[in-house]
Amino acid sequence: MKWIRESLDSIRSVKIRHVLTLLIRFGLIVTSTLIIWKGLMCISGSASPIVVVLSGSMEPGFKRGDILFLHMNDNPIRAGEIVVFNVDEREIPIVHRVIKVHEREETGEVDVLTKGDNNFGDDRLLYAPGQLWLQKHHIMGRAIGFLPYVGWATIIMFEKPIIKYVIIGALALLLISSKE
Amino acid sequence: MIDHRLCFTMTYSNLHCRLGTLVNLTSILFILLFVTVSFPDAIIRSPSVDVHAEVSKLNRFRKRLNGNDEVSLNLNISVDLSSVFNWKTKQLFVFVTAEYKTLQNSFNQVILWDRTIHDRDSAKFEIYAKNKYLLIDQGCHLLGKEIQLVVNWYVMHKTGWMSRHNKSMSYFELPQVYI
Repeated sequence: MKWIRESLDSIRSVKIRHVLTLLIRFGLIVTSTLIIWKGLMCISGSASPIVVVLSGSMEPGFKRGDILFLHMNDNPIRAGEIVVFNVDEREIPIVHRVIKVHEREETGEVDVLTKGDNNFGDDRLLYAPGQLWLQKHHIMGRAIGFLPYVGWATIIMFEKPIIKYVIIGALALLLISSKE
Repeated sequence: MIDHRLCFTMTYSNLHCRLGTLVNLTSILFILLFVTVSFPDAIIRSPSVDVHAEVSKLNRFRKRLNGNDEVSLNLNISVDLSSVFNWKTKQLFVFVTAEYKTLQNSFNQVILWDRTIHDRDSAKFEIYAKNKYLLIDQGCHLLGKEIQLVVNWYVMHKTGWMSRHNKSMSYFELPQVYI
């Protein structure tokens, strides 16, 4: 508790220079995080280079809480690939496997049907009403790698936002309390 | 980056410093571990696999009410992927695709059958199986069409990159009339 008192003391006896240094340090942390995230977006070629698996529809391969690394390039989409796609009316992207591909090479168009490994039927129920196939623009990336369990941190912070605020508050306190 | 020497010399908040060093160290170790585990074995030793798939019986070949061709096949699939399994393999996803070309679509590929394999013992099998998913064309271009059967497999490790392999197996010609 002495540590908290010390940090409160340091807030009270604040000098302009100290405040500026603090702001710059904070700015550096934020911008370096942003640089890392944008860099990952660049390398992976996808708008979201990392996704967390939220449902059990791809078990036993991917369980809820696993993290998937995505990559997107111009290579044609082939059956068996695990893709992450957005459906027009849904916010949250879905990670499922491609089971059918019908491609017209001349126009570059492709019709894709997906299905979760653990689901009985294909994903037509999940697509927008009347939509039978996915097109290239629906697909955000292919899963190329995976880390188990690490995504639980995101799920917990998403479902209980109070934990997010607690962590940010603790980090801010640590930042302020370091004297230099 | 935290200058670790400062932890000992200047008046730094001890907890802050130690926590920072610990986080730094564990992330570096984690990244090193991830990189070494992801190192592909294929470069070191290429496993010998034996796979085979062919059509054993054409069950049904008809035109659906909506105008699309529909085919139901029985397949004879024999697979020996046990040499692909090692200490870091989590599972294999094996699937048989039918590939063909029509005037409308330059490339069609549909999965007819798939299975996930979790251990070395179940990586070797021979079965006669009805296709899990029907072969349905976009349209009715399958009369007399030759389809190619390909056995594919994805290797999924406990953590790290996934790799895809396949082997073209056999061809099958659909009859000129519906049955």
